[in-house]
Amino acid sequence: MSANDPHAHRHDRGHAHPPGYRHPPRPDTDDRLGYYQAMEIAVRELLTEKKIIAPADVQRAIEAMEARSPAQGARIVAHAWADPAYKARLLADGSAAVAELGIEPGPYKLIVVENTPKLHNLVVCTLCSCYPRYVLGPPPDWYKSRNYRSRAVREPRTVLREFGTEIADGVEVRVHDSTADMRYLVLPERPAGTAKLSEAKLAELVGRDSMIGVSRARSPKG
Amino acid sequence: MSGAAALAARFRPGDAVRVRFAEPPGHLRTPWYVRGQPGVIERLCGAYPNPEELAFNRPGTPKQPLYRVRFKQQKLWPDYAGPSGDTVEVEIFQHWLEPGAQP
Repeated sequence: MSANDPHAHRHDRGHAHPPGYRHPPRPDTDDRLGYYQAMEIAVRELLTEKKIIAPADVQRAIEAMEARSPAQGARIVAHAWADPAYKARLLADGSAAVAELGIEPGPYKLIVVENTPKLHNLVVCTLCSCYPRYVLGPPPDWYKSRNYRSRAVREPRTVLREFGTEIADGVEVRVHDSTADMRYLVLPERPAGTAKLSEAKLAELVGRDSMIGVSRARSPKG
Repeated sequence: MSGAAALAARFRPGDAVRVRFAEPPGHLRTPWYVRGQPGVIERLCGAYPNPEELAFNRPGTPKQPLYRVRFKQQKLWPDYAGPSGDTVEVEIFQHWLEPGAQP
């Protein structure tokens, strides 16, 4: 709702309309290009015109980006839970251990941080929105919001509570601010009652948010 | 990492450091909230081109050692609401660090 929209008001403050009145629709915000949108189109068209890239290259790059998903991260976590030797390698050198599973680690170095009964890790990028895209896919919108970026580092326990994650006072909360050339993946704690589960079943318990550190891995049903 | 020259690492894990307080113009990767703050080196991450130079399309060499520095939340935010053990770890390039007093 924009500031100059005459209907930028709330309806819970004694504001009423006659029966049958319909609010005018809010204006679309996609009817003109932003500065960077215009620049992106101009650069892309120039590169295409000069035959440096083809439209198919752009499409392929977008498809490759979107093919990455939290399922890859879940596979890494499940394998680390199932194989202690792999977990040790993953914590020592995230990029190399991820490559072992056939997952391309990407241009940045991956650091895997392990949650324990005494330590809870949380990942944020206060300066922009650095995110381990190669193992988790594109970041959720809230991860890029100013709200999360400023508060995760300033009042992490309150932010965690808003995600339904209560951390006891005796547990250290360690925030990782991803500011430069490292990317972070949280290895959540393995839930109780999962000793007999296969790796594929374990992976189903590992959601995206648990690998950012705002939640825990799910408990098995039943 | 390519063969381009890197500066020697001045700090080792466990060393007490302080982040320089500075406000130079340009593209900086040192968050405001840790400037001037004491911390401890958690690890050396390697050496990377200086982003403050890369931002201006310069090579950023010699590469700067990059560290993860651990800070106490209660030091960073005097009104921090959580327990004293809570920490933040931030990647900081060597040219932003100076030796600090052991806590």
